[in-house]
Amino acid sequence: MCDQTFVAITFGPCDCCGKASPLMNIYIKSEATNYCSFCVEVMATQGLQAGESAASLKKESDSLKKKLEEERAKLSDIELSQVAEKIEVLAPLSIKTRRVLKGHGNKVLCMDWCKDKRRLVSSSQDGKVIVWDAFTLNKEHGVTLPCTWVLACAYAPSGCAVACGGLDNKCSVFPLSLDKNENLNTKKKSVAMHTNYVSGCTFTSSDMQILTSSGDGTCALWDVESGQLLQSFHGHTADVLSLDLAPSETGNTFVSGGCDRKANVWDMRSGQNIQSFECHESDINCVKYYPSGDAFASASDDATCRFYDLRADREVAVYQKDSIIFGASTVDFSLSGRLLFAGYNDYTINAWDVLKGTRVSALFGHENRVSRVRVSPDGTALCSASWDNTLRIWS
Amino acid sequence: MRICLRKVDLPLSPAPISICRMTIRTARPNRGQHFRPRTHCLNKLESIVVEMQDPKSGVKGSEQKLNVSTIPHVITGKDVIAWITNKMKTTPEEVQAFGTMLVAYGYIYPLQNHKKLVLCNDSSLYRFQTPYFWPTQKWVAEDSDYAIYLAKRNIRKKGMLEAYEQAHYSHLHDWLNHKWDFIVMQATEQYKAGKERNKPDRVVFDCQERAYWIVSRPPFGLPLSFQNIFYQQAIMRSKVKSSVSLGALTKYVTTYKNHDPFLAPCLPSNPWQTDHDAYWTCNTRRIDVPTKMRVERWSFSLFELLSDLRGRDDFKVFLKKEFSGMPPHLMRHLSNLAFWEAAEELKWGTASSMTSKAETIFKTFLAPGAPRWINIDGRTMGLTVKGLDHPHRYVLEAAQTHVFLLMKKVHVLVSNKLEQNAQNRSLGVHPVIVWQQEEEEKAKAAAASAPVDVKAMMSKIDRKK
Repeated sequence: MCDQTFVAITFGPCDCCGKASPLMNIYIKSEATNYCSFCVEVMATQGLQAGESAASLKKESDSLKKKLEEERAKLSDIELSQVAEKIEVLAPLSIKTRRVLKGHGNKVLCMDWCKDKRRLVSSSQDGKVIVWDAFTLNKEHGVTLPCTWVLACAYAPSGCAVACGGLDNKCSVFPLSLDKNENLNTKKKSVAMHTNYVSGCTFTSSDMQILTSSGDGTCALWDVESGQLLQSFHGHTADVLSLDLAPSETGNTFVSGGCDRKANVWDMRSGQNIQSFECHESDINCVKYYPSGDAFASASDDATCRFYDLRADREVAVYQKDSIIFGASTVDFSLSGRLLFAGYNDYTINAWDVLKGTRVSALFGHENRVSRVRVSPDGTALCSASWDNTLRIWS
Repeated sequence: MRICLRKVDLPLSPAPISICRMTIRTARPNRGQHFRPRTHCLNKLESIVVEMQDPKSGVKGSEQKLNVSTIPHVITGKDVIAWITNKMKTTPEEVQAFGTMLVAYGYIYPLQNHKKLVLCNDSSLYRFQTPYFWPTQKWVAEDSDYAIYLAKRNIRKKGMLEAYEQAHYSHLHDWLNHKWDFIVMQATEQYKAGKERNKPDRVVFDCQERAYWIVSRPPFGLPLSFQNIFYQQAIMRSKVKSSVSLGALTKYVTTYKNHDPFLAPCLPSNPWQTDHDAYWTCNTRRIDVPTKMRVERWSFSLFELLSDLRGRDDFKVFLKKEFSGMPPHLMRHLSNLAFWEAAEELKWGTASSMTSKAETIFKTFLAPGAPRWINIDGRTMGLTVKGLDHPHRYVLEAAQTHVFLLMKKVHVLVSNKLEQNAQNRSLGVHPVIVWQQEEEEKAKAAAASAPVDVKAMMSKIDRKK
């Protein structure tokens, strides 16, 4: 639909070490060069270069930051609200609970849809992970992890496996079997190893790689078969709470949000942090890409959700209301990107009009805070997971 | 109050466990890595460190003149490595790793380059850390201790704190404001007590304390020079005017409006609302006739067409048989599509399959005279082939993008044709209608074969008159 969001990093021989790898275009003493990410890191951590001091570097840092703000301001020729004036107003939505999935004995912390549009996996505080056919309300598979607080779970694109992780600092993959009597724990595969809790995990386009975010401040890409760490992403200065893969045709980037109030966009090939947004006033609990891949939204403890345009490199909308005081813990877009569903700690889900910035609908029904909302792959329903031990399907 | 100084020569028996802290969400947002000592292995480390300090069989120490003072009991990196090799009799890599762990956990600290916690196998200088500062001691590195330490350094020389230390300091000032007077008083006391010591002892203690805090509060955040590179790149990155990008976002919404089940009804019905899953069964991959909405979606972008496996199938069928007299420049998209699929498999495949997949792809698509040779520009071809010497999952990135752009050019043509085809074929009838039609046929047949009711017929004719 739209062209690539940013200039692709070129690939070729590094100007420093000569090896062929993804390159970063950097400036050394105002000259443009192409270094591979390893050489950049070596060069940057070698300390001050000749003629620099800590003070002069700080001064340069401040002036560059100011220049970046100026460049961004030059290109903000219009606001989203102005563009949205030409769009017609949405008719009132009538969204009701269609299913209530009961079966977890404790707070449901996370859920993910299967690509077949009707199955989903959910995980809870007591260590249980359940795979449901939400349409028939059948529980199809169940696993009990030895750890509590399973904070992250994901369904594989093929529908043949699920991944989950949490306080055990690991992310494990379980292949699903049709044999009801088989204990899924026997085939468990430990893939990711972090030094702190795993807050989010997702498969990439295949069953063979998972991307995880952790309380140790890093994100990492892993090869499922060997458990090998393929790439790690450093840059957050506090726990990373959420991540989401870009839906674009190149599929090479992902966004992460954390307790340092920053939302960072990363290139999976080089491990480099491409863009960074620090607009929230408190921890970012959840980030999600817009369906076209050119924008994303974030939900934060400061009770707002924000919308960022990646091509214009700035925040373009804030979704907030005086009557909403409790933090937002989760967001997801509807299929067209017109609606943004956000789950809050005051037990409600609000549906926002992304373009006009107004709240379209409020969904009540949960009896405790909403931990996760996800729209189904074909957009027909919204699933919400909550600390009241249930999941609800809305449509 | 913990102001005492211990000399390094007295080996101490290791103290039992320290507290293991774990929080779901840290209440102090600017903390980097959590440091959680692992007592069992640390006890083992300590016994080795004690051995290393044995005056007869341990690592040989000497005096070093550093700046203006003389520092006793200094050891070199290579001596430590030699001692460990002799003791453990293992490979150089393991010895290096073990040595680095001794430094990382704070049992040995570097005198030069004090922020880099690695053991260098050369004449770099190190010292053994006093047991008082070992990780397993009874006291945990508390924030108030750190605050006192930073305040003391500030008293000694203003502006001496590094950027990350400044960040810690201002944060602690907010966090521990209620006992700030106490902290400043302690820092002043420690500073005065320190001044009363002789110079060499003072230098030693300062080094020990500094090393301890580097281990317990590691420097975080990117070094300034790295940050500047990030800003420079951000400035140089191509950005788009808001009117353009916001316009594109709005266009996306408008295009997909009718396909969003929350905004427009989905046909025949939303399964969650009616409990009938016809919507899913008529949108499977192998269904005879894809729905009109589905085909319309393929026309939105090549990405949509390729993401829907049925769209990809129909694209292939179109290329293979729709036009026997198809111009060659369209025929080659068959290999383009095959190459694109193979590149996707490489990118998302297992790490162990990289080399074999790359080889197959080279033989099939890229080698001169290959059976499905793809026609991409010389520069991309050259770079790709060269990259295949050391294959990794992104080696085909440039070639794949190029092929994708080539296919994009025919996307409009293809989707128009696919839409036409969909319209030419019968739309397929809803099962309910089919059932109704069948019932009507049955009724008509029943009526036709039933015996004629003469009276009714006659009265009908009479009524017509």
